[in-house]
Amino acid sequence: MCHPTAYDVVYEINTWMSIKNVPDKALAAQQWEQLHAVVSSLPGVQVHLVEQAPDCPDMVFTANAGLVRDNTCVLSRFRFEERQREVPHFFEWFRHNGYRVIVPSEECIFEGEGDALFMGDTIFAGYRQRSEICSHLFLAETFGKQVLSLELVDPRWYHLDTCLFPLAEETVVYYPGAFDQYAQKVIENHAKTITVGLNEALLFCCNSLVGGKEVVMNAGCDEIAAKLAGLGYRVHPVPTSEFIKAGGSVKCLCLRV
Amino acid sequence: MPQETVTLEGHIIDSLVLSKVLDLIIAHEGHYEIEEMRMGRTVADVSHARIRVSAPSRAKLEVILGEIKKHGAVVEGEDAALAPARKDGVFPEDFYSTTNLPTFIRLDGRWVAVQSIEMDCGIVVEKTKRTARAHCLPLHRIRRGDLLVVGHEGVKVTPRERKPPGEIFSFMGAGTSGERPKAFIIQALARDIREVKAKGKKVLFVGGPAIVHTGAVRHLEEIIRGGWIDILFAGNALATHDIEFALYGTSLGVYVEKGIPAREGHRNHLRAINTIRRLGSIRQAVRAGVLKSGVMHACVQNRVDFVLAGSIRDDGPLPEVITDVTVAQDEMRERIPQVELAIMVATTLHSVATGNLLPAAVRTVCVDSDPDTVTKLVDRGSHQTYGLVTDCEFFLKTLAEALR
Repeated sequence: MCHPTAYDVVYEINTWMSIKNVPDKALAAQQWEQLHAVVSSLPGVQVHLVEQAPDCPDMVFTANAGLVRDNTCVLSRFRFEERQREVPHFFEWFRHNGYRVIVPSEECIFEGEGDALFMGDTIFAGYRQRSEICSHLFLAETFGKQVLSLELVDPRWYHLDTCLFPLAEETVVYYPGAFDQYAQKVIENHAKTITVGLNEALLFCCNSLVGGKEVVMNAGCDEIAAKLAGLGYRVHPVPTSEFIKAGGSVKCLCLRV
Repeated sequence: MPQETVTLEGHIIDSLVLSKVLDLIIAHEGHYEIEEMRMGRTVADVSHARIRVSAPSRAKLEVILGEIKKHGAVVEGEDAALAPARKDGVFPEDFYSTTNLPTFIRLDGRWVAVQSIEMDCGIVVEKTKRTARAHCLPLHRIRRGDLLVVGHEGVKVTPRERKPPGEIFSFMGAGTSGERPKAFIIQALARDIREVKAKGKKVLFVGGPAIVHTGAVRHLEEIIRGGWIDILFAGNALATHDIEFALYGTSLGVYVEKGIPAREGHRNHLRAINTIRRLGSIRQAVRAGVLKSGVMHACVQNRVDFVLAGSIRDDGPLPEVITDVTVAQDEMRERIPQVELAIMVATTLHSVATGNLLPAAVRTVCVDSDPDTVTKLVDRGSHQTYGLVTDCEFFLKTLAEALR
């Protein structure tokens, strides 16, 4: 995670961002501290921190730094120059902490866990909004895993992790409206699914973090929270309103390393 | 049918990406043929497909390729290599030399049509962040720093289209022979002229002085006054003898109507040039009422655009004659774009010069009493030419009648 010392909305690169609607810095810090405390308390979870670079206001969304598995990190290549500035800082952190760091080729956009999520040994990978499908072949070859390419069709859900999260080995929670027909079929073919409605999808309920039976989710997603509770999960609602102003919530603020 | 081969690699079957790509091809009126398919042997292995994509037109194919690229399809082949010109008027080493056939070059994986196609030129590329344009430029127009295609990689020349090229071509094809039913062919040419004019496209006429010597001026005049010709390319000679005939009734000093030499007739063509030079120009001579008939008079009156290109044996020349050959070429070049039919009569020099500038898509008819003229034209790359070996007076007379 990345402590929000320089978090702000100073440019607009997704439909959620407006430089006329800047986050309340104090409230953002408070929300982040609460999230940090909840995540740290999850069983078996140890939180590492990366320092925010002053000229990288979105660096708090560490999920977009890369995709990590078995001590290997495929670093991101961001679509927008504003975020590409974050890469050297993340590169340094991974190298310093002993990871094998792989940089994807220049022609191919890849935005890390924002667009690639492990469900067991399968990688669900989004494309068309931010990442490009060429990155999926790269992931398949690097990790030696099956990569299921899912086309994202609505700019409000510009990253896969804003509209889908793996809940267990074979189960995902997702909002179908963010995907094209083929992708919906692929998801249904490869996982047990729990779907969420538009309203909760707009509340970033799919941008959730799962550890065992614990689910950390943006506050206010009562319907899906109740459904998950019914399945034996413990849901931890955390308010993230100030981060949603930049288009991110719980999951965007964490990267699994 | 235009086609390209693309490859698709990844978990394209599990992800339904292959299905999506094939569906997209069909949805955009294309066709596909899977040339090669290698399935991954385990769930982790990627699969590989090689697909030949075709579409009814190049434009439609480009749309399809643009669409399926977003889903990972990679068009096979290389981009065209580019190199800058190091000096004005000099191509880079290993430059690509054009033909007059429709040509495409590959830039950033997309095929871009080369504009103003012309044989024996270089292809200059202008690239911005979003767009790429390519056009032909002759050597003398190259400026230092111009980016040119080098080598043959990423260049595609499409053969001449076989679709209806006009009546005359459809039943005789290109080629040359004196043994053809000429009147019949000229009738067909007249129908082609009407068709081109009806479409709002232009007819180019290229002529030599034999038109005057053989007494065919009145026929060509009639055709021009009928509005069938838009552009005239000629040299000093056609205009000079036409004006000589208009002013004195002679051509090369011989009375055209009577076929006998005029007294001191050998100076008539110089007197004609001298008169026009005194008045300033052919147009001035028409305006002044001095020049009252003939081909050039008809051109001025009918606002037919003409380019008179000079040569080394010219007398005078007439004021409108352009003596710098590269300037003359550029003036001719500028008038080519709307031309759809070119008729070349009794001139080797100007026929070859014009043939050099014409895209192969322009229907070209070359009329000469000597089959060698047509052969020369074809040997220099104007393969689209239809040759008619006949006397130009007979040709123009029959054509004028057919256009009445």
